[in-house]
Amino acid sequence: MGMEEKTALTAIKQKYGALIKDVFERSARRVYVTVDKKDVPVVCRFMYEELGGRLCTASGIDTRSGIEILYHFMFPPDKQIITVKTKVPKPSPEIESLGTFLPAAIWIERELYDILGVVFRNHPDPRRLIMADDWPDGVYPLRRDFKEPER
Amino acid sequence: MSLTRWGLKKSPWVYHVALSPCNNCDIEILDLLTPRFDVERFGIKLVGSPRHADVLLVSGSINRHVLPRFIELYKQTAKPCVVFAIGSCALSMTMFRDSYNTVGPLDKVVKEIDPNAIIVYVPGCPPKPEAMILGVVKALQAL
Amino acid sequence: MKRTIIPLGPFHPLLEEAEFYTLHVEGERVVDVDIRIGYMHRGIEKLSTQKTWDQVPFLVERICGICSTSHPMAYVNAVEDLCGIRAPERAQYIRTIVCELERIHSHLLWVGLAGHFIGYDTVFMWAWKYREPILDICEKLTGNRNHYAMMKPGGVRRDFNPDDFPWVQKEMDKVITATEMFTGAVLDDPVLHARTKGVGILKREDAIAYGTVGPTVRASGIPDDIRADDPYDAYDRVDWKVITWDSCDVFGKAAVRLLELIESVNIVKQCLNDMPEGPIDAKIRAVPAGEGIGHAEAPRGEVFHYVRGDGGNSPIRHKIRAPSYVNIPSFKATCVGETISDVALISAAVDPCYCCTERMAVLDRGNGITMTGKDLVELSRQATKRLKEDYGAETPVEKTIRKLMTKEMV
Repeated sequence: MGMEEKTALTAIKQKYGALIKDVFERSARRVYVTVDKKDVPVVCRFMYEELGGRLCTASGIDTRSGIEILYHFMFPPDKQIITVKTKVPKPSPEIESLGTFLPAAIWIERELYDILGVVFRNHPDPRRLIMADDWPDGVYPLRRDFKEPER
Repeated sequence: MSLTRWGLKKSPWVYHVALSPCNNCDIEILDLLTPRFDVERFGIKLVGSPRHADVLLVSGSINRHVLPRFIELYKQTAKPCVVFAIGSCALSMTMFRDSYNTVGPLDKVVKEIDPNAIIVYVPGCPPKPEAMILGVVKALQAL
Repeated sequence: MKRTIIPLGPFHPLLEEAEFYTLHVEGERVVDVDIRIGYMHRGIEKLSTQKTWDQVPFLVERICGICSTSHPMAYVNAVEDLCGIRAPERAQYIRTIVCELERIHSHLLWVGLAGHFIGYDTVFMWAWKYREPILDICEKLTGNRNHYAMMKPGGVRRDFNPDDFPWVQKEMDKVITATEMFTGAVLDDPVLHARTKGVGILKREDAIAYGTVGPTVRASGIPDDIRADDPYDAYDRVDWKVITWDSCDVFGKAAVRLLELIESVNIVKQCLNDMPEGPIDAKIRAVPAGEGIGHAEAPRGEVFHYVRGDGGNSPIRHKIRAPSYVNIPSFKATCVGETISDVALISAAVDPCYCCTERMAVLDRGNGITMTGKDLVELSRQATKRLKEDYGAETPVEKTIRKLMTKEMV
């Protein structure tokens, strides 16, 4: 039992241990950290600005208990991807945008709005990204209750 | 044979339309210009506007975003024109058939605009350049 | 006085609304870029949940024709992460060879297109002619020139025949010799330097802020490469190095790709020499509930796949992120402040999927001038023509291509 290596994960646990609801180490290279949606910006900002993590992308999944959002950050020196997981409740899924300090988040948050209807508060550019202009409002293809509009 | 038809057979002017393809068909189409295949020696010329085209080389499946643009483009193409559906996506949409964002297939869309349209099918994913040349030759022989 | 350029245009059928790239210019300088996507959206993530785990590689291969095998590579990495297994050693070497062959013909394709945009059409012809032997190798080893259908969760679908290896080694040697000659010429060509050095600079901090990947970020001096950062397949057993360049400009991006090409050939040769015997499939019987993340270094950069399963036959969620998705927004940082004649080249340097560069537009509402992507390419070629006239002789690149073509390297 030696001294714990100084990795991004240990730094996050040290600084924000109180905000972390769960840590699941799938393997040495894949870790999942669950936080409350209100804590996502501060933890992600720390990972990006202080620890040099790169936001690969964000995944959104519609589940029975709300929409899960996963922010995947890559840390090359540790050979590790740390995913920040959170859940936003329906019927009005909302979360603070990371786009105010992280340009890499801008497009993916627009896409999550398009396909899942998640609203990102204070997003610098809240427009549609991938759906056609005549795609009806309020219809989100990746929601579980999605019904395809007329062709 | 009318003058236009004779012109088409001797030196077809081709306009390439990429709908929403994965680009493999487009790359194989561009390959036709390169030294190994070199279709320009057959008089086949790639043009920059559909108004000058005798042949539309269409690749990819149609999605909702592109549909109105394609309809507009087809109307603007000089007639008579032959539509070549290049690749499995243009033929039948393959696995994209069930997507919420695709419409088609291509021949149904074209026939709705122009019931007398001439459509040639070149299957493959992507079709090899040799297959495309064969498709063009067969079509021109049939015209 | 700022003139806002908004694309309109009743006479260009593909220009009805906001085009893919809309450039706002003031005189000859770009002051802002607006990017619109969605033309290619086919709903693949949703389709994936309707396919079985084994069928998905065929679907994701067709996301992009030129990064064809990188998507299945990242996907099978994700599924194997979920299952907690690794493919057998022989399969790993086969996968490495297929991925690197794709990188070679993709970079050659890029060299050809860049040559065309710059105005060196002989480069286009040479590079694309040279792709043919590589595609022949792909066809010999995998059965198809593109869309190889080699990857499956747990291994590969087909084995390689060792009788083919000597012929492949010989073809690889030809590629190295020709590429080394060509790279030397590129590093020496003053016209090319004038067109590409100091153009389209992506500063380190912008590269990091936009999360860019691939040669785009490595040309800004940042050594991000998934093959080294999170090794998969045989990359941790083969001797190779990550290529970076510090100039941040279009020249740097070209240099990185050319040097990577040579590196890829070396990787393929090593894999052919060191290919171990053994099974090619770990034979996954069922995929348990859970989530997996897989990424791979495509020719354009990191391809990222996330899958979640509930123990059933299909993924319940499949998130796909292609490299151009994070590289194209960086266009905002590289284009602003540049002249219109350089825009085509800067966009090509990021190496977006081919169809994306077709959809550029500039319209000056005040003067009624419309420019399409083809016009922007033509502007770029004109700029080179003027420089070549000033230079007054055959440039090193043109000279080398002429030598290579007459030597009948193929």
